[in-house]
Amino acid sequence: MIEVEHLTKQYGEHTAVSDLSFRVDSGRIYGFLGPNGAGKSTTMNIMTGCLSATEGTVRIDGYDIFESPNEAKRRIGYLPEQPPLYLNESPLEYLRFVGEAKGLRGAELERQISAVVEQTKIGDVRRKRISALSKGYRQRVGIAQALLGNPEVIILDEPTVGLDPLQIIEIRTLVKELGQSHTVIFSSHILSEVQNLCDQILIISRGKLVAFDRPENLEKRLLGSNEITVVTDAPPAEASALLDGVAELTDCAAEERADGLTALRLKTDCTELHQVSREIFFAFAGAGKALLELSLKKASLEDVFLELTEHQEPPAVEPDGAEQPEHQAETEPAEATESAETAEGKGEEEP
Amino acid sequence: MIAVCKHELRGYFHSLTAYVFGAFLLAVVGVGAMLYNLQAAVSNFEYVLSFSSLVFVVIVPILTMRVLAEERRQKTDQLLYSLPITTTQVVLGKYLALLAVYLIPLAVICVYPLIFAQFGEVYLPTSYGSIFAFFVMGAALMAVGVFLSSLTENQGFAAGITIAVILFNYYSVSLSEYISSTAFGSLIALDVLAILLGFLIRYLTRNEGLAYGVALALVLALAAAFLVDSSMFEGLLPAVMEQLSLFERFNTFVNGVFDVTAIVYYLSVIGFFLLLSVQSMEKRRYN
Repeated sequence: MIEVEHLTKQYGEHTAVSDLSFRVDSGRIYGFLGPNGAGKSTTMNIMTGCLSATEGTVRIDGYDIFESPNEAKRRIGYLPEQPPLYLNESPLEYLRFVGEAKGLRGAELERQISAVVEQTKIGDVRRKRISALSKGYRQRVGIAQALLGNPEVIILDEPTVGLDPLQIIEIRTLVKELGQSHTVIFSSHILSEVQNLCDQILIISRGKLVAFDRPENLEKRLLGSNEITVVTDAPPAEASALLDGVAELTDCAAEERADGLTALRLKTDCTELHQVSREIFFAFAGAGKALLELSLKKASLEDVFLELTEHQEPPAVEPDGAEQPEHQAETEPAEATESAETAEGKGEEEP
Repeated sequence: MIAVCKHELRGYFHSLTAYVFGAFLLAVVGVGAMLYNLQAAVSNFEYVLSFSSLVFVVIVPILTMRVLAEERRQKTDQLLYSLPITTTQVVLGKYLALLAVYLIPLAVICVYPLIFAQFGEVYLPTSYGSIFAFFVMGAALMAVGVFLSSLTENQGFAAGITIAVILFNYYSVSLSEYISSTAFGSLIALDVLAILLGFLIRYLTRNEGLAYGVALALVLALAAAFLVDSSMFEGLLPAVMEQLSLFERFNTFVNGVFDVTAIVYYLSVIGFFLLLSVQSMEKRRYN
């Protein structure tokens, strides 16, 4: 179990992490989500003793990382953003060094090395030089290193960055397996990844914790933004009037397109989207107007993420007038969100 | 600590480093032995070591340039920080590995006086006394090298600075004799050194107040001392340099005297620079 309390890290004037507090329980997979530069790596570096904190405490199983670092570090396996590998060694030599440094000796060392080699599936390359290995294998060697000494908590900093899709899937599978026997905390800026793997998500933005919840609960937060897009041949005013009869709609923006049709963006907080689209359909059909396109978009975790990380009050301007770097949410082109729901309610009707 | 030491040793013998280092040291000492002991037929092995001591300018950087700089460049320092070992253990483990690599060619060198003793009169106590001093002096220079390697992530830079520092140390006494030995000349030279020290502190701590404070305090103290008693400063610079120079103290051993204060000085230098290396690594956690 990890308790982080009031963690603050300042680099000179710049605050990388400010007053972060959370608690991580045993035996789950936690996703650490945030745009680049939000303070994910900084927080992880502090939690693993690689970096000091300006203020605050981190306790691992009750051991303070600053006061009894060795006891605390024994309970953590850490894979930094860039796997810390000695390139001119083989994975076996490397793991032997890490194991010895973690206090393993003799038969126990050999047993654990073969166990993690098997677990991370690096048996084929265990005698090659690390410099000759692909990125995916290097990442596995890095994870193998973190697993030595059988720590309760595994912390992985962006383990899938820079890998090809196949390798990403393999690493995700590995993370999932690890989650059965360890507490895993991993950071990512890929939403779908976190959504699929994690029991709990921590979203961090500008060094602050903005959300800490289960993925489903986070989605519920944005009920109001289920979106329906409609294209019709009715003029904007008439279309809006027709839609007044649909009670579930919360917002309606009509716009005349260049081809003379009207595009409408509708919002609803009703989760039964098909029920709403049926009403829309009959409203137009009743008035003898054609519904040329109708597409639905459910609020996704991505929207929650964007909302949480972008719609924040801008940080106080620093005294020297230094401009904060433009805040960018780096998200993968929405993979799983839109396509599934669109194209369901398309219809062309003539009365 | 043992794990780090073993790991480093494996690294040195995997790569050419240990071999290049040993070969270089043995070659230079071999040439020296040929010139002094064989050609000139002098039975004192000390002179060979005195001749060879300049070899440290080359071999110490070979060994120490990568020791901490490479960890930083490869980002493996992250691993060291996250392992349940202290920074002191890391630095000591690495230093012990360096000493082990250094001791291997020295063990070979230890045979030389015995061989020469077969063919003539060799006074072994001074020979072995100076070999011991040679070892401790090299160890002190390596501690300096380890520290310089901790300052940067660029091996080449670490090597360059180490060469410059060792060369400066080697020639510092003769150089300081070129500077006017008048009291005022010494004052100016010492002031320059104080200001350089200030710059060094600023580079290491990024604390401008502290750096300029130290430099200013030293300059003022020197000026005050100069006003009180200017005769004290006559010939002071060469004297100070002689005290600080690691090589100058080695000459005592070459002249056949086993100087315990010099050994203590070398050990203090080792301790001081290893401590600085640990601090330099620790500082990176607090940047």
